[in-house]
Amino acid sequence: MADVSLARVTVDRDRALRLLQNYGVYGGVMVLLVFNFAFTAHFASAENFRTQAVQVAPVLIVALGMALAIGTEGVDLSVGSVMALSTSLLSLYLGYGPWIATLIAVVGGILVGAANGALIAFVGVQPIVATLALMVGARGLALVLLPQLKDVRNPGMAALGSGDVLGIPYLVLIAAALALLVAFVVKRSTFGRRLLAIGDSRPAARLAGLPVRRVLIVVYVCSGALAAVAGVLATARLTASDPTSLGTLMELSAITAVVVGGTPLSGGRVRIGGTVAGAVLIQLLTTTLIKHDLPPSWTQIAQAVVIVGAVYAARERGKR
Amino acid sequence: MLTVTGLCKSFPGVRALSDVDFAARAGEVHALVGENGAGKSTLIKVLTGVYQPDAGEVTYNGTPVRFATPLQAQQAGISTIYQEVNLVPLMSVARNLLLGREPRSRLRLIDFRRMHREAEETLRSLGIRVDVRRPLRELGVGAQQMVALARAVAVDARVVIMDEPTSSLEPREVSTLFEVIRTLRERGIAVVYVSHRMEELYEICDAVTVLRDGTVVHTGRLADLDRLHLVSLMLGREIGEVRREGLTKFAGSHDAAAEPVLQAQRLTARHRLHDVSLSLRPGEVVGLGGLLGSGRSETARAIAGALPVDSGRVVVAGAPVRAGSTPAAIRAGISLLPEDRKTEGIVPGLSVRENIALAALPGLSRFGLVDDARIDRIVDTFMKRLRIKASSPHQKVGELSGGNQQKVLLARWLALHPKVLLLDEPTRGIDVGAKAEVQALVDELADEGLAVLLISSDTEELIEGSDRVVVLKDGAVVRELTGDAVTEDELMRAIADVPEGGPHG
Repeated sequence: MADVSLARVTVDRDRALRLLQNYGVYGGVMVLLVFNFAFTAHFASAENFRTQAVQVAPVLIVALGMALAIGTEGVDLSVGSVMALSTSLLSLYLGYGPWIATLIAVVGGILVGAANGALIAFVGVQPIVATLALMVGARGLALVLLPQLKDVRNPGMAALGSGDVLGIPYLVLIAAALALLVAFVVKRSTFGRRLLAIGDSRPAARLAGLPVRRVLIVVYVCSGALAAVAGVLATARLTASDPTSLGTLMELSAITAVVVGGTPLSGGRVRIGGTVAGAVLIQLLTTTLIKHDLPPSWTQIAQAVVIVGAVYAARERGKR
Repeated sequence: MLTVTGLCKSFPGVRALSDVDFAARAGEVHALVGENGAGKSTLIKVLTGVYQPDAGEVTYNGTPVRFATPLQAQQAGISTIYQEVNLVPLMSVARNLLLGREPRSRLRLIDFRRMHREAEETLRSLGIRVDVRRPLRELGVGAQQMVALARAVAVDARVVIMDEPTSSLEPREVSTLFEVIRTLRERGIAVVYVSHRMEELYEICDAVTVLRDGTVVHTGRLADLDRLHLVSLMLGREIGEVRREGLTKFAGSHDAAAEPVLQAQRLTARHRLHDVSLSLRPGEVVGLGGLLGSGRSETARAIAGALPVDSGRVVVAGAPVRAGSTPAAIRAGISLLPEDRKTEGIVPGLSVRENIALAALPGLSRFGLVDDARIDRIVDTFMKRLRIKASSPHQKVGELSGGNQQKVLLARWLALHPKVLLLDEPTRGIDVGAKAEVQALVDELADEGLAVLLISSDTEELIEGSDRVVVLKDGAVVRELTGDAVTEDELMRAIADVPEGGPHG
């Protein structure tokens, strides 16, 4: 009898750990929500939720692309600079109308992504190095195109930045749609399956005849395109193009969201729901601390605690 | 020396060991045998402190012990050599050998000259000659394993546990290893030896313990147990049955009169292959013989487009295949089961289902979206046909036993309906039961008209399984055995002989 109960205790511990790994981030979001409902003044208002959601949208979109890159055992450091490049291109071509300008901005992101992918897939540069090069290069290009902050005065962009449908801002709708799209692609498409296989074991994927290079390039193109979309949306919200500061440290926020959401850095697994929750968690954490008048330095420390916690929960998973 | 009594160990959903008694005595080589999943690995991991037992007692030198970590077990004098080499590939041989025990100079820095000298002495006393300054990964797997063994011996171990140490060794290295084991035995060290190879067990081991489904089914002196009896104990099958079907599951000959489906013509890759030509007919199993490093795997990889060739071409059913492209070879109907199952075969984090469907995905999807219903059907068919043992199709492949992983890989390729199947060591490191199943399956596939190229270090398997054997040496074809010449003797002779311009296939 004794060893039966002993076995059950280990099983329960394993299960608890697995639950923490899989759903800890959602639990964290719930805890913060409950805390804020109870202790934060003016938290439970539609206006507040709208603000929170609008603020999280760009980070979330960037994090989606980052999750794909991390799923292939890579990383994309150039996303912040792609946002800057996107805002530069946008205000440069806004004369042709918001649609054309947006299109050009996204093409810019795709080109940066293609360059990242080509360096990684064909030249064999490590993702962290390749995207670091593009991170520096794209920011430089953005500043060449648009040396300083410029106001964006365009009714279309203004509507995009502050308009809503049934009280839900466009920004949030776009972010949610993109999240669903990426989740669908990861879950249901051949591309998604191949991406995971390549991230888990590249030699095996190669010998199984998978188009490894093509998949890698598409992954970084997606990441670039998503970052460019995030750049356009951020510009619309700020009603200004600021290539010097837009998207700085965005790559780190995105990586944080992905990691906190339970996607392992070792590749082979992509959790889009977790990534969304991760981005929301960080946003809520920041808000909570700000609303309780704690200085921003506390926010950074709290973020660090969350990251360490996420990595601790993920530690067992890496061994499999 | 090291004994366990009443040992139990469970994992979620599985009872890995129940009430196991085992004793390793000083100066004795003790064979630990059983199918994969019988509990050998778990027992070893309990002995070495990787796992904690749920119940039961471990006694070492007469006193009950409980090793909380592998390090504690090591410090107590229990050394383990695992199936896969657990060393640091980028460090030099000498550093690996003396890792954690580096000789220090007066400034507490590593004294490299002394380290290299000590390493060289240790290795030379074991009959291994390598440059100790080279990074370990530049050595062959066999040599790496010898370094691992030398390391275990060097730390003054009292108990040495070897988990399939010979699975990647050449015959010459195996005999070196056995010399070392005999030395250990004379020094009064207890050796626990895990292997699937009968010849080795009978050559080196004194005692044997047979595990099946987590319990001890037999323990005693090995000399009192004949080979068939041992096999029947491991499999849990009657002796008559084993004898009737032979030790391997191959039926032998196939009808092979048709036109060749695959022709490899004068494949050459610098330093690896020279003018290797061979042909495969539908329904034929062709063995590829030769020692480690003779170019067997390289030939298979070149045919499958995974090894770039300098010249030569591969023709499938009359149409040349684009060289150096795995996807092109796969489209042409060539499937390769790679030698290194763990790193090049399975995708460990994905499920059984995803692994089986992986290569066939383009055919199982519409507009880039996966057709789950069709995948489920195919996965279900193959899991039944190959008898893949998994808790569900959604179990991760990394959690399966070696034999089941190999079956998943076979299913992955069979789902593509290939014309040619290249099998590189299909039964290495898998248990006797799964081995027999894989062998029977290869036979069955050949009967259905598949052309099979079989590579195996197990000569018995190679000879019994193949209709013809092409013998390689130093990357070139030296002989082809056909008909009555397909015997172990002839194979040995062909490998040993100087090439006499024998026929190219």
